[in-house]
Amino acid sequence: MDFTHTDERQMLADMVGRFVRDQYDIETRHANAASDEGFSREHWGQLAELGVIGALFSEDVGGFGGAGFDIAVVFEQLGSGLVVEPFLANLLAGTALAASNSHADTLEELMAGSTLLAWAHGEPASRYSLNQVETTAEKSGSEFRLNGNKAVVISGDTADKLVVSARTSGDSDAPEGISLFLIPADAEGVHVRGYPTVDGYRAAEIALKDVVVPAEALIGEEGQALAIIEQVNAAGTLAVSAEALGAINVGIDMTLEYLKTRKQFGVPIGKFQALQHRMADMMTEREQIRSALINAAGHLHSSERNWNVSALKNLVGRAGRNIAEECIQMHGGIAMTWEYAVGHYSKRIIMIDHLFGDEDHHLRRIIKLGAAAAATATVT
Amino acid sequence: MDLNYTPEEQAYQAEIRSFFADKLPTEISSKVKAKKRLTKQDMENWHAILNTAGYLNAHWPEEFGGKGWNAIQRDIFDVEGNAAGAPRVVPFGLNMLAPVLMAFGSKEQQSFHLPRILDGTNWWCQGYSEPGSGSDLASLKMSAVREGDEYVLNGQKTWTTLGQYANWIFCLVRTGKEGKPQEGISFMLVDMDTPGVEVRPIILLEGTHEVNEVWFTDVRVPAANLVGEENKGWTYAKYLLVHERSGIAGVGDALASIDHLKHIAREQKLDGKPLAEDPMFAARLAEIEVDLSAMRTTNMRIMQAASDGAPPGPEVSMLKIKGTVLRQSINDLTRRALGPYAMPFVSEALEMGYNEEPIGPDYANPVSADYFNHRKTSIYGGSNEIQRNIISKMMMGL
Repeated sequence: MDFTHTDERQMLADMVGRFVRDQYDIETRHANAASDEGFSREHWGQLAELGVIGALFSEDVGGFGGAGFDIAVVFEQLGSGLVVEPFLANLLAGTALAASNSHADTLEELMAGSTLLAWAHGEPASRYSLNQVETTAEKSGSEFRLNGNKAVVISGDTADKLVVSARTSGDSDAPEGISLFLIPADAEGVHVRGYPTVDGYRAAEIALKDVVVPAEALIGEEGQALAIIEQVNAAGTLAVSAEALGAINVGIDMTLEYLKTRKQFGVPIGKFQALQHRMADMMTEREQIRSALINAAGHLHSSERNWNVSALKNLVGRAGRNIAEECIQMHGGIAMTWEYAVGHYSKRIIMIDHLFGDEDHHLRRIIKLGAAAAATATVT
Repeated sequence: MDLNYTPEEQAYQAEIRSFFADKLPTEISSKVKAKKRLTKQDMENWHAILNTAGYLNAHWPEEFGGKGWNAIQRDIFDVEGNAAGAPRVVPFGLNMLAPVLMAFGSKEQQSFHLPRILDGTNWWCQGYSEPGSGSDLASLKMSAVREGDEYVLNGQKTWTTLGQYANWIFCLVRTGKEGKPQEGISFMLVDMDTPGVEVRPIILLEGTHEVNEVWFTDVRVPAANLVGEENKGWTYAKYLLVHERSGIAGVGDALASIDHLKHIAREQKLDGKPLAEDPMFAARLAEIEVDLSAMRTTNMRIMQAASDGAPPGPEVSMLKIKGTVLRQSINDLTRRALGPYAMPFVSEALEMGYNEEPIGPDYANPVSADYFNHRKTSIYGGSNEIQRNIISKMMMGL
């Protein structure tokens, strides 16, 4: 057991951290978010060149990282700058390609930053369920015909290609019968409606109407995609949780600084115990989140993955919300303004609860996993 | 970063596991598991077994005869011991006084006292709090006046845990009244057989005799029993408190308590089904498990970060808060799991040899008493509010 990063991983973290510090202040971030595409191609290309995308994938698929801790350190730093470039979408779609060992050329382009992908799995009625897929893919000859709707596809409006889940057999909630397809975003019948999210990112509702793709579009085995979807979901949950920690770090730093400088009743408000003790609790919860992140990152490829990932997301949802709200409350009125940065960090932390399952969703999952483990223990 | 045990750590875990399997007397572990009261003899026996095996002071630095165990080794020992039903080692001499003597004591004090802590000759208790000095410890009043080669002690200490079994007490005493209150405090070692020392029991709210008052009336103590320098005791006191807090996360205890709670929740029925299957209960339990899993890692990170032998920093205050609140929430949920059978309490049933039929389920009797007893944990060792003050001051600069 060891709780220190390798030199290489520390360098990776420092490199992304330096980029955020030197080139990505909050005004730049807002400008990128407000641009037509909702992010900067220039910054994306720069980070791709630095190898930040490649760090998210393992060596056997052409990357140079891919461990849970690689994802964690990169996304923590991205979170500290509220970076809007499409890392999450490409991590998700790329993980599906890597897991299935298919479409190596696309994955290579993804890591180079030259092709943008998005992960089109969620649907209007699926909420956080992974096996609720109503989109259909009918096979006819050597082709598939896709019909359905995909919801809140992160960075879906700027993607060149989409990884789409669709049902090739079974009922709409059956674990079996889900397949993944790689389709061009400009294929006939793909209708993309992009929009901003409340925290400054971009997403899209995507309608698929008689979209015809060749059999080569299939990712992995037909009907067997759920295991890949779970893997993608775990990587994504880890990533956004790390991002939340990065945002929490900034929120706490800003709040602490404010407590030391803002004066009321003739003294810095940090002299008031009512605020000190809440701040102390926030510091403690932040360490807890970091520990849960370490646990989940360390188990991303182990049999204890699901429990640890859900524990992380539950804690990020629960403790993260409290920290996000306290950052605003302890600042007072200034945090309610657009101009002051802390509110944007709070928004991101809160919205992360809506990605890959919120606090309650993951608590339910932990209960189910516990019940399943207890049942197995009773049987054996 | 690597969450897997190294081969060495695996081997060590196996060694520890077989030690508890072979050497922990069933007579003791059955009491611990059933939450029966341990006698002084039980505690001394276990202390001696640990000492023979070399585990009693394994966390001490090697220069003082320890093995210099790191955070992971301590975690394994803690978790395995609690799972096996090992009693908590009485910490006052071993984990609190000993580090102070190693850092600030004279060679004579070290060579006299450290071996006697290990072989059980001296049972130490702690003389810190006074009736008027709880959270504001530096306001303490017990006086020590130098007369020739002796100090004459007068005053009162309180909350002295297991003072009824102890034969030595380390005390914070006032030797100076100049300057800030912290500046006139000294650290004194007192043989409790000295005339003028009197121990009086305090009965806790659940009816147990765990703590005491210790009164000092013209107690004459050799000047050689002063630790370090006169009026520098506050520094040593704080050093001790950080060590006191270093095991405070109570990970092993919490894990064992959760196992016990799960057992109860499978036995108890709600609408004909196991309580464990009730969504509300399951949610409360799952949340505690999430927090505990994170705290185990937080504990190891903080302990690991403290360099070998050096005391951990103010981060320990976070462990104190989290560890105590978590265990209290386990106690709370265990009590609620019992329903009406949380109420009966037959104190004598906690003694070994009580042979009458239990009232309600056999695990029910100690639960509520345990719940009330554990309210102390967020008060002692520097209340959780004091810990928040420490975090504010030391970590945040507020």
